[in-house]
Amino acid sequence: MNRYFFKVLLLLLMSLDIHADVWNTPHDSEKVKKEVLFSSFSIPPKRLDPVVSYSSNEWAIMGQIYEPPLQYNYLKRPYALEPLTLIKMPTIRYLDSKGDEVEEGDKNLAFSEYTLTLRDDINYQNHPSFVKNEKGELLYGALSNYELEKIKTLDDFEKTAFRKLKAEDYAYAIKRMAVRQNHSPVLDVFQEYIVGLEEFSKKITAIAKEKKAKNKPLDLRAYNIEGVTVVDDHTLKIKLKGLYPQFSYWLTMNFFAPIPWEADLFYQQQGLVEKNLTLRWFPVGTGAYYLAENNPNKQMRLVANPNYHSEYYPTLSQEEAEKSNVPKELLKDSGKKLPFIKEVIYSLEKESIPLWNKFLQGYYDASGISSEAFDQAVQISLGGEMALSEEMVKKGIVLKGSVEPSIFYLAFNMVDPVVGGYSESAKKLRQAISIAQNEEEYISIFRNERGLPAQGPIPPGIFGYEEGEAGTNKVVYDWKEGKRVRKPLEVAKQLLAEAGYPNGVSKETGKPLVLYYDTTATGPDDRSLMDWRRKQFDKLGIQLVIRSSDYNRFQDKIRKGKAQLYSWGWNADYPDPENFLFLLYGGNAIVKTNGAGINSSNYQNPKFDKLFEEIKTMKNSPLRLEKIRKMIKIAQEDAPWVWGFHPKSLALTHKWFSNVLPHAMANNTLKYKRIDAKLRVEKQEEWNQPVVLPLVLLLIFILLVSYPLYRAYQGRQRAVIKGDD
Amino acid sequence: MLSYIIKRILYAIPILIGVNLITFMLFFMVNTPDDMARAQLGAKQVTPELIQSWKEEKGYDKPLFLNQKAEGIEVVTDTLFVKESLKLFSFDFGFSDANRDIGSDIKERMMPSLAIALPTFVIALITNISLALLLVLFRGSTLDTSMMIVAVMIMSVSGLFYIIAGQVLFSKVWHWVPISGYESGWAGLKFIILPVMIGVFAGIGSGVRWYRSIFLEQINQDYVRTARAKGLSELRVLFGHVLRNGMLPILTGVVVVIPQLFMGSLIMESFFGIPGLGSYTIDAINAQDFAIVKAMVFLGSVLYIVGLILTDISYTLFDPRVKLGA
Repeated sequence: MNRYFFKVLLLLLMSLDIHADVWNTPHDSEKVKKEVLFSSFSIPPKRLDPVVSYSSNEWAIMGQIYEPPLQYNYLKRPYALEPLTLIKMPTIRYLDSKGDEVEEGDKNLAFSEYTLTLRDDINYQNHPSFVKNEKGELLYGALSNYELEKIKTLDDFEKTAFRKLKAEDYAYAIKRMAVRQNHSPVLDVFQEYIVGLEEFSKKITAIAKEKKAKNKPLDLRAYNIEGVTVVDDHTLKIKLKGLYPQFSYWLTMNFFAPIPWEADLFYQQQGLVEKNLTLRWFPVGTGAYYLAENNPNKQMRLVANPNYHSEYYPTLSQEEAEKSNVPKELLKDSGKKLPFIKEVIYSLEKESIPLWNKFLQGYYDASGISSEAFDQAVQISLGGEMALSEEMVKKGIVLKGSVEPSIFYLAFNMVDPVVGGYSESAKKLRQAISIAQNEEEYISIFRNERGLPAQGPIPPGIFGYEEGEAGTNKVVYDWKEGKRVRKPLEVAKQLLAEAGYPNGVSKETGKPLVLYYDTTATGPDDRSLMDWRRKQFDKLGIQLVIRSSDYNRFQDKIRKGKAQLYSWGWNADYPDPENFLFLLYGGNAIVKTNGAGINSSNYQNPKFDKLFEEIKTMKNSPLRLEKIRKMIKIAQEDAPWVWGFHPKSLALTHKWFSNVLPHAMANNTLKYKRIDAKLRVEKQEEWNQPVVLPLVLLLIFILLVSYPLYRAYQGRQRAVIKGDD
Repeated sequence: MLSYIIKRILYAIPILIGVNLITFMLFFMVNTPDDMARAQLGAKQVTPELIQSWKEEKGYDKPLFLNQKAEGIEVVTDTLFVKESLKLFSFDFGFSDANRDIGSDIKERMMPSLAIALPTFVIALITNISLALLLVLFRGSTLDTSMMIVAVMIMSVSGLFYIIAGQVLFSKVWHWVPISGYESGWAGLKFIILPVMIGVFAGIGSGVRWYRSIFLEQINQDYVRTARAKGLSELRVLFGHVLRNGMLPILTGVVVVIPQLFMGSLIMESFFGIPGLGSYTIDAINAQDFAIVKAMVFLGSVLYIVGLILTDISYTLFDPRVKLGA
């Protein structure tokens, strides 16, 4: 009995990690000592399918695994493209309708042909789908029920193999995008550009349906897209209709990441699908890491790909470093082989409090700053400057901040009879409201100064954004003594009176102006925000009615043009002004396009639209900048949006986590980062020594209480015997 | 007893059909298939073609209850309700709208939920009953009164407070256990200690009060006097006789809960990073994933019915006068 008891006790003590220097570590103590990054995710990815995924939390994982042809240079600013799996940037030929080569600006230009030349040294990760038998057939291509019984994870396959990346893998990815059943969100975009994609999509969708009905796999190698040509193993040609210079940016995204046909066929096996082993969840890539564990409900684990090709930390000339404002410590690893971190463990943390506390204990290497933790982490000076709190400085924590290429705005529905339209009075009404909305106050109260008041649709870091007076929205701000100053409220009141609403009362009807604001903010936490919003209109005498609804109803109202005022936002897909200006292009108006367009405010100004069509295909140049300036001025005058703000993201890192540089466009930045595991172990031990005294006190308390309790029981027993009870 | 169980299982079928019908009606009253498609496909570049293809693939292009375009029996059978419901009755939960096998997910998530819920349930039951019997032993004393006040105080505080306070005290300040996380097997013990202790502590107030009132009803019964007259110690009287006779009302409340333990606890699992079933349904509702919602509602109903049947069976074990099916 005693022996058994001690065995159990020993087992319990071992499981508690008592032998370790810290008791409260949530990680494997051996991994903490290695170059392993510990990170977290709050929302599990819905999928990890390169042709479907379009969310930042999905890209954060996939960017490390899949390699599209191009990538962004990690250090250079403004954002610059560079080859990733190519030996050089794609060469572009411009063709007329007969196929003859023409100049870029030629009127007869009908097609752009991109030639992608692949590197020869790129290998996929090890994966069971690549294993072949003696006959050259896929060993695991047709698994029997008996074989499937033994398989729960990919680790259960005895053999793995890899092969070289081929040009046909990129073509295969585009074909996969064309299959409607895969629900690629960019298919409709590229049907407009890639020659033959629309026809191919119709054909392959029908074939896929037929194959599925017959329970047969679909091997896309047997079908070809007219505009996508595999010249040889290392050369791929993609033919686009007309000019589309933004295509290069798309070539950095996972939609154009290679898919090996072996993996696609392997994962189509029904037996694997039923075990959630699918290409949607278990990527097969050539990237710096492979997904070793995928449990979106608990943990995802990336491990350095042993077959990863040679890639080195970027090197910048002194001039480039100064231009990009890169600190010296970020250049220390220039020319060194990537990746530095050997493993990454992402754990699910749904709540911000445990996440924050674990970061402070050193168990996560980096963290964002939640609103609850903001005051603990950051101090804001009277001048609005952000700095780390003393507690953070003591721990050696580093603050990283950057303005995101995004915009959040308050939109007017331009087809609304009250706030919409292009008459002088309608413009003045919108301009008056724009002045009255104090975005600086909003950023201060609701975002802890984490934002930059927007002057137009283009955020900082994107071509077309301008600082200083040139970039100031003169409708809302004055430029005084080298600063932007919001116009006084009297100007807004004057504009409102000129619009036909003196003091917010309609001249025509004598009734107060009532506007409706649609929002999805329905919780009690949103009440202060809604009160603030009402107050902004109240300053002009306008009554604002808040119409709260769920996101479905809200979207429906926007699609049908039934909302009057609402807030919305946009994150950049790529660093080109076209990606923001198209939000105001008349051809994209949501009502006009039956809900398909991206221009939710239904803004439509022929002058703006004409300029947009011109700048859309232009390369960045002084002429393009001039045209963009004109467009922004038109939009500022028309004021279809109250321009809102560009959010600032803040992140904290421990000092053992280095080479961290915020990059709003690149998703594959993990390979550049570095962990000093020795320092991490030291700090974790320093910060997490168990406090044993309360445990001792508790034991003493239990002993002290036990005795009087025992005596009381004996007394009770005696009383019962005596019959006193 | 067997015929009784079969009868109860047969009764369960119309109940489950009804539950399923209500789930369908409520869900589609709030969400349209277009909304569901948008929730799955994301916010960007979602075209009508994309939505249509998604609906076709998932079968949400079919009418809910009546297919006017079909003929004969297919008017009823070629509908979303019948096609999806039939599968449920064979416990084939199919695939979620995000294309994951729901059965596999449930199996995977059930164990972590149980790892927290089962020890919490067992320890809480033993602790609450023991404490209640202790208070019955010292009934009317200062200890009894002060413990009752403490019990009411424990009941009055939100469970969330205990979670956060527990995490701060035991992990952040004293560094005894990890704040959150989960591992399967023995390695996971350090992760489950804190949530289990908090779960037990948060339930002590209501548990002790309830069991105490049950035992107080028994303590003045003749059989207790007889037991004492036989010279049994108070502890043997309480644990051997009072507890056994007070078991029937305890079973009513306890056995019905046992199958529900599989379903986990939303808040506890969220705060402690337990990959269980607790948040599965809520996450699915937020993601408008109807496949998961209907599967989980169905499973919850089945487990509840199983709990009721088990309760009835357990009566016969503790009270020989109870005859099932009689």
